[in-house]
Amino acid sequence: MNDEIKIIWLKFFNWVMGNGPRPENEIIPPELPPDLPFTRTPDKKHSRFHEITISERLIQWLSLHGLHVFANFYNILSIIVCLLIIALMLMTVADLPPFGDFHNPANNEVVERYIKAGARETGAENIVAGMILDYRAFDTFGESAVLFTGAITVLMILGTSVKKDKSELKRLHLKTHSGFEDRNFLAFAPSLHIYRDDDAILRGVASLSIPVIIIMGCVVIISGHLTPGGGFSGGAILSTALILCANAYGFIKVHEFFSERTFIVSSSSALSIYALAKGYSFLTGANHINSGIPIGTIGDIFSAGLILPLNICVGIVVAGTLYGFYALFSEGEI
Amino acid sequence: MNLDFIAYNTPFISIFLMMAAAIITPIIPQEKRLPEKFSCLCIFINIILSGYLVYFLATAPENIGFNYPVGHFPAPWGNELRAGLLEAVLALIFCVAMFLSVTGNFYDTVNEISARRRQILSVLINLLTAALLALTYTNDIFTAYVFIEINTIAACAIVAVKETGGTIRAALRYMVMSLVGSGIILLSICLLYGLTGHLLMQYMRLKISELVKTGMYDLPLLVSVAFMTSGLAVKSALYPFCFWLPDAHGNSINVSSAILSGLVLKGHIFLIIKVFFRVFGLDVISALRMDIVIFILGCAAIIMGSVHALKQSNIKRLIAWSSVAQVGYIFLGLGLNSEIGIAAACLHIVVHSLIKPMLFTSAGGLSNMAGHNKNLHDLAGTFYLNKSAGTAFIVGACSMIGIPAFAGFASKFALTAASFESNLMIFAVAALGASSLLNALYYIPAVLVIFARGKNNNLEKIKLPLSFHVSIWIFIALNFLIGLAFIPLLNLITKGVSVFG
Repeated sequence: MNDEIKIIWLKFFNWVMGNGPRPENEIIPPELPPDLPFTRTPDKKHSRFHEITISERLIQWLSLHGLHVFANFYNILSIIVCLLIIALMLMTVADLPPFGDFHNPANNEVVERYIKAGARETGAENIVAGMILDYRAFDTFGESAVLFTGAITVLMILGTSVKKDKSELKRLHLKTHSGFEDRNFLAFAPSLHIYRDDDAILRGVASLSIPVIIIMGCVVIISGHLTPGGGFSGGAILSTALILCANAYGFIKVHEFFSERTFIVSSSSALSIYALAKGYSFLTGANHINSGIPIGTIGDIFSAGLILPLNICVGIVVAGTLYGFYALFSEGEI
Repeated sequence: MNLDFIAYNTPFISIFLMMAAAIITPIIPQEKRLPEKFSCLCIFINIILSGYLVYFLATAPENIGFNYPVGHFPAPWGNELRAGLLEAVLALIFCVAMFLSVTGNFYDTVNEISARRRQILSVLINLLTAALLALTYTNDIFTAYVFIEINTIAACAIVAVKETGGTIRAALRYMVMSLVGSGIILLSICLLYGLTGHLLMQYMRLKISELVKTGMYDLPLLVSVAFMTSGLAVKSALYPFCFWLPDAHGNSINVSSAILSGLVLKGHIFLIIKVFFRVFGLDVISALRMDIVIFILGCAAIIMGSVHALKQSNIKRLIAWSSVAQVGYIFLGLGLNSEIGIAAACLHIVVHSLIKPMLFTSAGGLSNMAGHNKNLHDLAGTFYLNKSAGTAFIVGACSMIGIPAFAGFASKFALTAASFESNLMIFAVAALGASSLLNALYYIPAVLVIFARGKNNNLEKIKLPLSFHVSIWIFIALNFLIGLAFIPLLNLITKGVSVFG
C-alpha cells in the first residue's frame, strides 16, 4: 500500500517536472498479438487455434464498422430531431393568431399611430421609411453597422491574400486589348476576369444599361421617403451597376474610380455623417429639446427632416459593401 | 428622481461613443499604433462615465433606475434604453475588463499580426464593446437582436484575426453555431411580437401576463421561451451547445481569447436574465418549467466542463474549458429562479469577467517566455522568468477553485447561500462541491508546473512592456478587492436586481 502511494507520487512528481515516467518504472506493454488480416470475417482456420473472446470480437467489429454505424446513427438521429422540430413549429403556427385578422394583438396602438400620425410626425409619405429612419432609427443605425462589420470582416479575411502586382495586371490587360493571345496566359485568365474584355455583347449591353441602372438607383434612394424604396434597396441597385461594370470592362477599370481606399473612406464617412446626424437627433429627443430640424411640406423632395440625407448615407454604404463582397469573393481584392 | 445631464445620458453616450469610434477607426492612420490607442481612450472614457453612473445611482435616494427614449418618440413607438443599478455595475465591470484585456495584451498583438489587421482588430474591439454595452442597457428586444448580430460577426472575426488553419476552422465552426443561435432567437422574437404586438420589454410583459391568465396561446409562448433560451444558450456556450468554445477561445490570439471568454459570453447571458426577468417574469418562467431545464443544464455544464478541462494539455484550451464550467455556475444561479439566485449569478458574471481575462493574459505572458509554446510541460519554470504573470496565474487559479479571500470565493459563497432558499439545494451544493474539487484537480497541477525547475532551465528572460505588468497588477488588485469586500458589491447588485423587474 505504502509503496503504491510512493509510486503514484513519483509519477506525479515526474509529470510535473515534465520528465515523463522513468525507464525503470515504465510499464512495458505486453507484446500484442500480430494484426489480424484485413478481412471482414476472420477465417475459420485461424479461429480453430485461437478462440476469440466476445470483447475482442466487439473491438474488431467496431474498428471495421464503427465509423459507418456512427455515421448512420448520426444521420438517423438528426432526421428525427429535424422532424420533431418541424412538427413542433407546425403546431405552433397552427396556434398563432390568424393572419391579417383585425383583432390580432399586433394591431394595437403602436401600429395605429405609425399609420395615422406617421406622415405628420416624420414628414415621410412612405410610412416604412418614417418607421425605420425616425421612430426606430436606433435599430437601423445598428443594422447599417452590421453591414459595416460584415464588410470590414470580409476585407480582413479575404483582402490580405497575396496582392497581385498592379503593373503586371495592366500589362496583361493591354495584351488582351491588342488581340494577342497567349495560351499560358489564358490558363490563368478565368481567375483574373480579363478575358471577358472581349465580350462585345456584354460590353454593348453594359454601356447601354449602366447609366439607366445608376439613375434608377439614385431615384430609389433620393425618393425613399416618398415612394417605396430607400437606402437599402437603392444601394443594392447601385451596386449592381458597379458589378456589371466590373464584369464587362474588367476590375482594373473599376479600380480607377473605386479602390479599396475609396471603399473604406466612403463607407466610414457616410456612416460618420449618419452617426453625427442621428446622434444629435437622439440626444435632443431624449432630453426633450427641440432639435430644430424642419420637416417641410409632405410630398416634396426636400422634406421629412433627416430621412433624405440618412437614406443617401445608407445607400452609399450598401452599394460599396455589396460591390466589395463581390469583388473580394471573386478577386480577393477590391 | 432628479437626474443630472451626464448620468441621464450615459447609457446612450457610452454605446454611441463606441459605435462612432468603430466607424472612424478605419480612416485613422496606422502610424504609432493610433487606432489601438484611440480605442483604449474611448473605453477609458466609458469607464469614467459608467463609474459616475454607478456612483450616481448608488447614492440617489430612490434608485429605481430610469428609461431613456432614443429619439423624439415616447416608449411604445420609439426605441428605449434602461439604466438601473444592475446594468450600470455590469457596464462598468465590462468596460474595465475590456480596457485591461486590451492594454495587457498590447505587446502580443504586435508580434502576432500585421499593422493592417491590428487596425481592423481595433474596429472589432470597439464594435464588441458597443454591442456589449447595448445588450446591457437595451430595453427593446429588437435592438437586442441587432446588437447580437454585430456581436456575432465581430466575435467570429476576432477569432480569425490571426490567419492559421486552426483559427479559420474554429471561426467557421463558431460562426455556424452562432448563426443557428441567431436564427432561433429571431424566430422567437417574431413569435413574441405576433403574440404581444410590442417590442419593448415592459409592454411585452404586461401582455404576456394577460395571456397567461387567460390561458391563450400557451404552446406558442412555451415555444418562444424555449427558442429564446436555447438560442442564447448556444451563444453563451451552455454545456451541450459548447463544443465550439474551446477551439475558438483556445486557438486565437490572447486578446481575442480574453475578450471572448470574459465578455462576449456575458452579454448573451445577461440578455437571458433580462428576458426572463423583464419580458416573461419569474412566475411565468417557473410555470413553463424553464428554470428546471436551465438548472439541470447548468449542473451538467459545471461537471462536464471540468471533466473536459482535466483532459487538456494545452493551457489555453484548459482555461477555455474552465469557462464552460463557469458559465454553468451562472446558469445554476439563474435556475434557482429567485431574486437572490439571480443576484448571485450576476455577482458571478462580474467575478468571471474579471478573472478569465486575467488568466488568459497571464497564460499568454507565461507562454511568451517559453517561446510561444502553450503546452503545459513547456511552461515548466516560467514563473521565475515572468513573476507578475505567474502571480496572476496563481491568483486566478485560486480564485477559480474558490479559496477564501479570492474573488471566486465570493460568488461561490453567494450561490451556495442562494441555494439554501430553494428546494434544489442538495443538487446545487453537490454540484458546487464536486466542481470545486475538479477545479483544484486541474488548476493545481498547472500551478505546480510553472514552478517546476524542470528541463527548461535554459529559457531566456524576455522583457515585457510596462503596460502588461500594470494591467496584470490591476487585475490582481481587483481580484483581492472583490474577494475581501464582496458584501458591498453583493448589496449593490441585490438592490439592482430588486428594481430590475
